[in-house]
Amino acid sequence: MANVAFRGTPKQERELRKFIKKHKDQPGAMMPVLQEAQGIYGYLPREVQMIIAEEMGVPLSQVFGVATFYSQFTLSPKGEHTVSVCLGTACYVKGADKILAAIEERLGIKAGECTSDGFFSIDSCRCLGACGLAPVMTIDGEVYGKCTPESAVKIIDSYYEEV
Amino acid sequence: MTMTLNRLTEIKQKNQELVMVRKLVASQAEEMAKHTAYRKQILVCGGTGCTSSGSLKVIEALEKELKKNNIEDVLVVKTGCFGLCALGPVVIVYPEGAFYSQTTPEGAKRIVDEHIMNGNICKDLLYPETVHEDGEILPLSKTNFYAKQMRIALKNCGVIDPENIEEYIALDGYFALHKVLTEMTQDQVIDTMLASGLRGRGGAGFPTGRKWAFCKATKSDIKYVCCNADEGDPGAFMDRSILEGDPHAVLEAMAIAGYAIGASQGYVYVRAEYPIAVQRLQIAIQQAREYGLLGDNIFRTDFCFDVEIRLGAGAFVCGEETALMTSIEGKRGEPRPRPPFPAVKGLFQKPTILNNVETYANVAQIILKGADWYSSIGTETSKGTKVFAVGGKITNVGLVEVPMGTTLREIIEEIGGGIPNGKKFKAAQTGGPSGGCIPSVHIDTPIDYESLARIGSMMGSGGLIVMDEDTCMVDIAKFYMEFICEESCGKCSPCRIGTHRLLQMLDDITKGKATIEELDKIEELAAHMKVSCLCALGQTASNPVTSTLRYFREEYEDHILNKRCAAKKCKELLHYQIDPDKCKGCTLCSRNCPVGAISGTVKEPHHIDIDTCIKCGLCKQNCKFDAVYME
Repeated sequence: MANVAFRGTPKQERELRKFIKKHKDQPGAMMPVLQEAQGIYGYLPREVQMIIAEEMGVPLSQVFGVATFYSQFTLSPKGEHTVSVCLGTACYVKGADKILAAIEERLGIKAGECTSDGFFSIDSCRCLGACGLAPVMTIDGEVYGKCTPESAVKIIDSYYEEV
Repeated sequence: MTMTLNRLTEIKQKNQELVMVRKLVASQAEEMAKHTAYRKQILVCGGTGCTSSGSLKVIEALEKELKKNNIEDVLVVKTGCFGLCALGPVVIVYPEGAFYSQTTPEGAKRIVDEHIMNGNICKDLLYPETVHEDGEILPLSKTNFYAKQMRIALKNCGVIDPENIEEYIALDGYFALHKVLTEMTQDQVIDTMLASGLRGRGGAGFPTGRKWAFCKATKSDIKYVCCNADEGDPGAFMDRSILEGDPHAVLEAMAIAGYAIGASQGYVYVRAEYPIAVQRLQIAIQQAREYGLLGDNIFRTDFCFDVEIRLGAGAFVCGEETALMTSIEGKRGEPRPRPPFPAVKGLFQKPTILNNVETYANVAQIILKGADWYSSIGTETSKGTKVFAVGGKITNVGLVEVPMGTTLREIIEEIGGGIPNGKKFKAAQTGGPSGGCIPSVHIDTPIDYESLARIGSMMGSGGLIVMDEDTCMVDIAKFYMEFICEESCGKCSPCRIGTHRLLQMLDDITKGKATIEELDKIEELAAHMKVSCLCALGQTASNPVTSTLRYFREEYEDHILNKRCAAKKCKELLHYQIDPDKCKGCTLCSRNCPVGAISGTVKEPHHIDIDTCIKCGLCKQNCKFDAVYME
């Protein structure tokens, strides 16, 4: 999906530049800036990294270096909805791998990918700390606990029915 | 506002009775409740576990029903974690102390209509363990889950409203900070910490007082106090629960640490995966500033201290102290070689102390109750209590705080309620990806730093995952190694390359492609990594493999020599077979087999040729008699 055209708006750019100007002098501002930028655009394409490099007065390579180090930063856009399957130990012991496999099969994509209609993307994530409800998945931050492969697929399908 | 002792005492007295209703036994609590504005208090857990199972909807339903009936003398409080996460959403009604589990919005309506309005406790909605055979309701402290627990770090979790600083003050909050600033020298604070025997709860167990003493001894005009809330071990959620349930305890302790070492700025580094914890912490910092408990000239002394939050972005290695500091600096979160240690050159090259959330949660109470009180709890070398996040194949999944020296058996069988579905205990994993598996022969080991290290595991941050006989130990070792491979930052080659080689060998074993010599190679490589990796992530990365190899070597050998996975977890080693007793000879399987691996005649049991079979599973899907199984 890296070849998706960048569709940032001038309003988004203004918002980002304003945030950077306000924070760039505080020590260690790069992480909060990247987090804000991802919040505004949803992901961190090259165009956004260039704005950050320019405003922060650092080389693009440095922005890219930090952005690619942390798994929460994404350089490619996500689907309209993101399903995230917890692969923490407590969930794994209770069969999270089967949940992920069932969702991958249902959507026909692998974790880290986005469906061709841009509707769903799948992530796997580390422990959400909701181990009491293992196995757990989230869709757009909403937590679904005590999943089975069947119930997980049903939940996915319910998003398509709402459309 | 400027905070003074008088003002603090006033706030405490104003709120004390309200909060004490939740701490006393029912008869005393009822008496206490008469002195408050509220006839009853309904506490609802607002921790991540219960929120995920719908506690916010329960709160909404409670408030709606109370409003509908014009009830104003009943208070609804959203608290932090009670510990029994698997039974969420959890609701407790005081002064009776009635403990409702798995509450639904409909149940909430009934609680108001029947219990609150008519005094009839909805016994069918209570946590079954709190209802005695004769119908009497037992206090929570008498249930198996709570009876053996001792709450110090979690003392306020599930008791106070974490978004209300006055409730924290009601239970002696910020009195320790006042005592430190007005009655103690920096050295006295450090000496108290040393004498208490408190050791780092993040896993390594370094004495907290020594860490502070080193940093105090370093001369610098600027120093920093950091809090490690980057709880990355999968299956661990102690720190999250403390931040969600009692954030002020952490802030107060950081200010005390700041005074002890001479710092005026603190940073809390929190995982971005913990939105509720971050939000509560933000509210707590804001309130502490408003009440003059953070900021300039706290308690009219020269001491100034403030705290900022920094969010992680999903990198496990940032739980390592030097990597965490590099990340706060806004760089790639790669570890730095030590020495220089952070106490000499840490954040922004200044002397820094970094302690874990749970460590901080003990500090204020040690100051108030004294080092002797604290060091009387626990074992010879490990003092105090430890919080464990107990998960996996266990009945009472949740958060447990026990004195050091409690045995694994007590935690699993008594507090945890044993293994569900009549399965047998196989192993417990502590210390996450840096720890090891403890087999059933060591289940009576008292848990402290030294004894866990002796049996090849480690305390770690406190994740405790229970595994039953269905768990394949090779698969678990591979699971942790996959995790570590992804999370290795790549800065040093022993970790970057070593972890991948270990994973490759483990993968081969689970696929039946390894030779027995591979086991020796694993042990040799693991030994090299222990001494040559740059940071703790790499040095401990092989622990899950070496500890399972130490205790479950025959399971590894079974995979390699017999190509067999007894737990039936490693798919590549499984074969489809047909049970001749169940097979009716309907031929459906052989007609659907894409490779013609199934032979047999009509009305006779069929047979799968395992050399031809491609394990597509179509035969199992199509069989109407459940005769196809995997072995």
